[in-house]
Amino acid sequence: MFELLKKVLAPIGPSGLEAPVAAVIREEIEKYVDTVEVDALGNLIATKLGKAENPRKVMLSAHMDHIGYIVIGAEKEGFLRVTNVGGIGMNASLTRHVVFPNGVHGVVVAEPVSGQPQLKNLFIDIGAKDKEEALKMVSLGDVAVYANDCFRLGEHRVAAPAMDDRCACALLVKLLQTVGETQDTIIAVFSVQEEVGCRGAKVASFAKEPDVGIALDVTGWGDTPGVHYPEIKLGEGIAVKVMDRGSISNPELREALMAAGEKAGVKTQREVLPYGGTDASAMQTSRGGIPVCTVSIPCRYVHSACEVIDMRDMDAGLKLLQTYFN
Amino acid sequence: MDLKTLTEINAPSGHEQPIRRALLAELKEKGFNPTIDRMGNVIVVKEGTGDAPRKRVLVSAHMDEVGLIVTGHTDGGFLKVTQAGGIDPRVLISKRVLVGDDGIPGVIGAVAIHLQSAADRQRVMGYRDICVDIGATDKKEAERKAPKGTYISFDTPYVEYGEGYACGKAFDDRVGCWTILRLLQEELPVDLVAAFVSEEEVGCRGAKGAAFAQEPDIGIVLEGTTCNDLGDIPQTAQVCQTGKGVAVSFMDNASIANRSLFRKALEIGEKEGIACQVKSSVSGGNDGGVIQRAREGIPTLVLSVPCRYIHSPSTVIKLSDAESQFELTKALLKAL
Repeated sequence: MFELLKKVLAPIGPSGLEAPVAAVIREEIEKYVDTVEVDALGNLIATKLGKAENPRKVMLSAHMDHIGYIVIGAEKEGFLRVTNVGGIGMNASLTRHVVFPNGVHGVVVAEPVSGQPQLKNLFIDIGAKDKEEALKMVSLGDVAVYANDCFRLGEHRVAAPAMDDRCACALLVKLLQTVGETQDTIIAVFSVQEEVGCRGAKVASFAKEPDVGIALDVTGWGDTPGVHYPEIKLGEGIAVKVMDRGSISNPELREALMAAGEKAGVKTQREVLPYGGTDASAMQTSRGGIPVCTVSIPCRYVHSACEVIDMRDMDAGLKLLQTYFN
Repeated sequence: MDLKTLTEINAPSGHEQPIRRALLAELKEKGFNPTIDRMGNVIVVKEGTGDAPRKRVLVSAHMDEVGLIVTGHTDGGFLKVTQAGGIDPRVLISKRVLVGDDGIPGVIGAVAIHLQSAADRQRVMGYRDICVDIGATDKKEAERKAPKGTYISFDTPYVEYGEGYACGKAFDDRVGCWTILRLLQEELPVDLVAAFVSEEEVGCRGAKGAAFAQEPDIGIVLEGTTCNDLGDIPQTAQVCQTGKGVAVSFMDNASIANRSLFRKALEIGEKEGIACQVKSSVSGGNDGGVIQRAREGIPTLVLSVPCRYIHSPSTVIKLSDAESQFELTKALLKAL
């Protein structure tokens, strides 16, 4: 699983520019599914047909996109002015190493201001000598993301940017590779533009008309100094969502997933997240409404350059989902 | 129909009837068969000249403009109002308006500077503080002439001034409507779904229905957008500049442009010598957001004319930018 995770973490794929991620995932899943397609917004949609006579259609959605910094201009001294694509925090931004899809590297810096710097105070130093050179190296509308730096942290944990939500992409890939024959039809959606409002999952769930929707995403943590909620601990199992700001999970589906975890003999955690939302919110209100739940991988320091997960939770998630479909 | 006529029609969000009537008459006169859907959008489908299967391209512009709406009346006969669409209340005071379908003249009133305390002068006056004076002597007269729900528009004639500039109201987005009317006169290879949509300024409500019903392959939104190209503003904060051509958006708060459409528009602009610029700000939102997310998803691009002092009684555009919007959209529709 760690090797697969590293592979899925590597491509640069900010919201709206996810094609490199889709290419890597496509190669991994192609021989395990019946069809693979890319829709108008760039969602990678793989379908694995169920064996039941009238199989239930279960959509699983993990988003490929990653938060980033989009170029809105350049100063005459060659520094780029940027704004956020998705939820960019100020503390996570300062003096960060970022990289553009064309390979240009940069450092995110804030100009000195009285009080807390804001997005408009940020600039990216890409080593350009003036505006002309800067805009030759990158163009208006190009997006930088935190440079990939994936490393092990202790025995079980892994840190990397883009863990949100590539670890769930890796989990979904692994599920497709290992689940074998299922009664249900699995519609695996590697979605786009989640970080700017779950736009990919919205159109994919319209197109595919699933009976049930399960989002695979990361969730917050409550096990570091000064952080107590959500009551989620790394390494204590895969989380099954009760509610966040975007959706309330269908109780029957939620309990069925919890029961699958118990049957699989893995640790599970009940998740009530006082912030955030996932693709489940878009699926839930698609067409006439769809029962949804989110299966979450606990993740510390979400939306930073070092998002940390525990591989034991990933394994628990895989076993839970395998059991749910078997 | 010219831009002057289009901008001088009063039609705030939810009250598009006057502009809808004018567009219907114009389109019928030009030999088209326009339809009106349940959201009040005006739609014309013009078959392309290319070989089948042809791409079905939705080109949309919104008919509505920002305005005010009557919420109540004071005992003295003044109208209490709020906004229909986003208007900074600071631009409203002492402006002349036209109230209701009969166009009753009015003026937006507030406490004179002499009567403001020092603290008052430090504060922005909001909708609570202002009223519209239509010369009514009491509440009854005000209620009769402008009942609750009556729409109010800015009384701004269209004028051209300077070297090719125009000042008026409602350039956002009658300039887009104007461009679509001109596009309908062109021979195009694609099937053109021309949509003049309602209620953009209150949340892109018309376009949502139109995109769902029309099921296009591609969506192109023609807009008027913010522009802050005033002398002392740092270039990186100017968003776009008047006179530099149509603004091509890579992202705003409602949509991220389809990358290949974005690149194609810029390439065509360069190749054909059509002035265009990249909109260098992520702000605002428009019909692109709802069109992109209609049904199974639709690749979308937004092409805008830069508007100084947008959403105010007096907006300024450079006419050459409207020309670029027309030329670039036409060239793009021929290259899809």
